[in-house]
Amino acid sequence: MPTHRTQLATRRGIRTGVAIFLLALMLFPVYWMLNTSLQPSGNTLSSTFFPAHPSLDGYQTAIHDQGRNLVTSMLIAVGTVVVTLLIAAPCAYALAQFRFRWINWALLVILISQMIPGIVIANALYTLYESIGLLNSIPGLIIANAASAIPFGILIMRSFMLGVPPSIVEAARVDGAGLLRSFLSIVVPISRNSLITVGLFAFLFAWSDFLFALTLTTKGNIKPVTLGIYTYLGAHISNWSAVMATAMLASIPAIILLVIAQRYIAAGATGGAVK
Amino acid sequence: MSETETTTAATRTTTPSSKTAPPPKGGRRAEETAKILFVVPAALALVALFGYPVVKNLVMSFQDYTLRTFFTGEAPWVGLQNYVAVVSDDVFTKAVLNTALFTIGSIAGQFVIGMLLALFFHKNFPLNGVLRALFLLPWLIPLIVGSAAWRAILEQDSGILNVTLENLGIIDSPIPWLTSPDVALIAVILVNIWLGIPFNLTLLYSGLQHIPDELYEAGAMDGATGWKAFWNITLPNMRAVVGVVLMLGVIYTLKVIDIILGLTQGGPANATQTIATQSYRDSFVEFKFGQGAALSNILILISLAFAGVYLYATRRQADE
Repeated sequence: MPTHRTQLATRRGIRTGVAIFLLALMLFPVYWMLNTSLQPSGNTLSSTFFPAHPSLDGYQTAIHDQGRNLVTSMLIAVGTVVVTLLIAAPCAYALAQFRFRWINWALLVILISQMIPGIVIANALYTLYESIGLLNSIPGLIIANAASAIPFGILIMRSFMLGVPPSIVEAARVDGAGLLRSFLSIVVPISRNSLITVGLFAFLFAWSDFLFALTLTTKGNIKPVTLGIYTYLGAHISNWSAVMATAMLASIPAIILLVIAQRYIAAGATGGAVK
Repeated sequence: MSETETTTAATRTTTPSSKTAPPPKGGRRAEETAKILFVVPAALALVALFGYPVVKNLVMSFQDYTLRTFFTGEAPWVGLQNYVAVVSDDVFTKAVLNTALFTIGSIAGQFVIGMLLALFFHKNFPLNGVLRALFLLPWLIPLIVGSAAWRAILEQDSGILNVTLENLGIIDSPIPWLTSPDVALIAVILVNIWLGIPFNLTLLYSGLQHIPDELYEAGAMDGATGWKAFWNITLPNMRAVVGVVLMLGVIYTLKVIDIILGLTQGGPANATQTIATQSYRDSFVEFKFGQGAALSNILILISLAFAGVYLYATRRQADE
């Protein structure tokens, strides 16, 4: 008869097996994307489970058609990270540590702002951008994307900065540092993890954005890769391997971040609970 | 993990203090001004990116705001005409029904599967953390990428789903998943469930982690194990988390546009048109901005109603 310990070990092993099976089911669409992207070009979908003759044609077409759009997406995403951190971090600190009487109201406004549908923002920004010339521009899309990232960033960083002991900031103030300097030299380094979390999510928000890309561009000279994929996805898809190769390229940031920055992702997912 | 760091640190020092701050160089008033300056950029951003759009949409919804407006600068007031127009449109009833089905179906599916997975991952086994983290991938890739992958899988003639079902003898002829008005909504809901599972899993799992083991130990002594323990210990202790997950789920699902446009563009024959996609259509395909604004205001009202119900429910729970 097996001992209690080996029984437990077997049960755990079985659980790991089940977990791997469930994960494989969950990630099947991603695998299918990879598989299709490596099939030879053509307008019919292959239904073989492995690319028997892997071909990089799809990626060649993808980079030729969408390379510029990938760069556009990258610029917008990096810009959104910078704008979000510059605007949200000081506010998060103030809401965490300064004793404003209206803090609860501010937090309520921030929470409600996350309920506003993107289409409302797109509607208004389109008419505004039309008159001030920000349509079809990278700064215009950065500003729009910051809309989803700033409230999220404030909430995440504030909950972290609540834990910064006021005594260390006060010590610096006694030494003559101003508010801004003590914020930059003490609070920011201590809160580094929350800033990284917010930066990563701001990047992913902007990189994944489709609605603003669709509504705030009209000409095609500025075209984030999500919009590029949407254009590919017409009624009849003529080159599946190129579509899927672009989709794979657009997934690379998410995959990299999941591998190297997992703990920040987990912190953002549970801390902000919003996407 | 930094999430636990955050919570423990936050409970340790929850009293932000400025009362013991040393006398600032420029006097009290300069200090207060400096503090306000920390908030000003964010306040301006929120006003510009949320305040302005909400007000602008409200105003536009009472105007005849069309493509012509951009050339002539004229947007005549039309009272409630936009609201009457969108509500009396045949598509409206359909869009409301679709929105309800899409939201209920998506939330129910995501929540049940997310909860089952969270309970499973709550058990102890090798590689638990890594495998659970990889479940997040569908949530991190752009929605339009997810839609593209599913377009390939659901394709009628050579998509892998139909091919597999046919090979297994489950169906005789390929199912037009995204091109038949009868099944398109179901297909879109299934894809949205797939996208929502990681979010539900992550939040529900972290909720499970916060239930002290002692409760289960005490319960086990009273004979509460398995299903009984779930019903009497797990669920009551998860009330707050479940509430947050469901409310955020509803608010998020109501405004989904990417997935539907990527999969079906609201078609075929408006079978997957929701209030959100119809609002997009009115504004950016038909260029009837006034009507699009009216629809999006209706969407905000629905979201607010749900948030109100949620706040009321949590209040009552706190009072009990």
